[in-house]
Amino acid sequence: MTASPTLPLKRTCPYAPPAEHVALQRQERVTRVRLPDGSSAWALSRLDDIRTMLTDPRFSSDRRREGYPLQTPGPPRRATERPTLIGLDPPEHGAARRAVVGEFTIKQMNALRPRIQQIVDERVDAMLAGPRPADLVSALALPVPSLVICELLGVPYAEHDFFQDRSARLLLRSVPPQERFAAANDIREYMATLIAEKAKNPAEDLLSRQLAKGADQEELAGLGFLLLLAGHETTGNMISLGTMTLLERPEALAGLKADPTVTPQVVEELLRYFTIAEYVTSRIAVADVELGGVLIRAGEGVITLANVANRDPAAFTDGDTFDIGRAARHHVAFGFGAHQCLGQNLARVELQIVFDTLFGRIPELRLAVTADELSFKDDSDVYGLHSLPVTW
Amino acid sequence: MRITADLDRCVGAGQCVLTEPAVFDQSDDDGTVVVIDGAPEDEETIDRVREAVHLCPSRALTLAEPTSTP
Ligand code: HEM
Ligand code: SF4
Repeated sequence: MTASPTLPLKRTCPYAPPAEHVALQRQERVTRVRLPDGSSAWALSRLDDIRTMLTDPRFSSDRRREGYPLQTPGPPRRATERPTLIGLDPPEHGAARRAVVGEFTIKQMNALRPRIQQIVDERVDAMLAGPRPADLVSALALPVPSLVICELLGVPYAEHDFFQDRSARLLLRSVPPQERFAAANDIREYMATLIAEKAKNPAEDLLSRQLAKGADQEELAGLGFLLLLAGHETTGNMISLGTMTLLERPEALAGLKADPTVTPQVVEELLRYFTIAEYVTSRIAVADVELGGVLIRAGEGVITLANVANRDPAAFTDGDTFDIGRAARHHVAFGFGAHQCLGQNLARVELQIVFDTLFGRIPELRLAVTADELSFKDDSDVYGLHSLPVTW
Repeated sequence: MRITADLDRCVGAGQCVLTEPAVFDQSDDDGTVVVIDGAPEDEETIDRVREAVHLCPSRALTLAEPTSTP
């Protein structure tokens, strides 16, 4: 038995989970890990156990609970602080989710396709008109999801520098807790002002529609904050990581170019392969629960090592291989259970359009540096690339 | 084969619609599942319904296999 590792651990290879996580999965079904504040938590690394845990109401998402397993210690949560959707438990969670999920149905997302296509085309035009090499992250990967979510919410895109700066700082583990707290406050205050403004002058956007349905302004500010943050970085990181991966794997790229009907499957495989946001699916037990052969006691934290679980040999054949022929939709890169990503079908549509357009319009696209010169966000709660120099 | 959907559990993730749009849709109002065809007969469709049951994150879907043949 080896000593319990302290989380979070860094990925040393962008295409693989941290070696220690892999070791944990091989070691025992459920293992103990240490957290930066010195406490311990349980770690799940099998897909089936994670799916079971995330659908069990005896595990709570309420980050204000004493002992909630935080991999990036933040300032203490005030008990009076109202959690947003992601931190709610039933029955409040169901009501809050149902109030907004109608905005994110497959039908709604498909209706957004033409507009998203337009946004992507404009960014590709601008990139082609600009100097070579270009940084794909700032030219395309970040602006696209950012423009889309701002438009959907009714947030002026002119403010996007402000949001991008604050949301990036919020997710960086090396930024001191107080500073991250201040970044969050900045966004929250901005949202509150914007929503008060929309209450007076409603427009054709999600925030105005929620107000018209009688949403509480403070709660809506929390939701707007969450949507902006969650809709920003995550998809952007998948665009840059996906582009890198496809440029590095000519066979997969040829497969994508040859048959546009495989794009959705390529996107699922990329989501599975990188599992960029595994830290959010941690929970705290609110009752004693037997899971995977151990007794998890009320008050103990549970961490999901979703990246290794998304390569679990019991669920994926040859999981360490990137394979665009794989049917990968049972991955947990969007989580599982009642909190499974609200924006997943928006993210899917954005990623599908971006890859089809980018490789369709710039067939000569290639990396402008060697792969080992790339710099990864291994210090962030959401994995990604800082920049991706490309040329054509 | 009968499909039932528990609307209290459904969180509108739309995995079912992505898997078999001929059987599942979502309400425009609150995004919860609408079963368009509760008793599909075609084997391939039934296979996809089985997959949707497996993928549904809130375990809102059940597929009742026939207990006996008359
Ligand atoms: C590739 C991109 C994305 C990834 C990998 C991702 C990942 C995740 C994961 C793992 C969760 C589960 C959290 C939990 O269990 O507590 C989640 C929840 C959530 N995501 Fe995403 N997400 C992505 C894109 C988006 C987008 C574009 C939006 C907004 C439009 C969004 C909004 C949300 C919201 C609001 C929740 C909370 C849902 C709830 O608690 O009911 N996400 N996401
Ligand atoms: S997959 Fe499940 S949770 Fe999602 S819409 Fe269908 S029934 Fe509802």
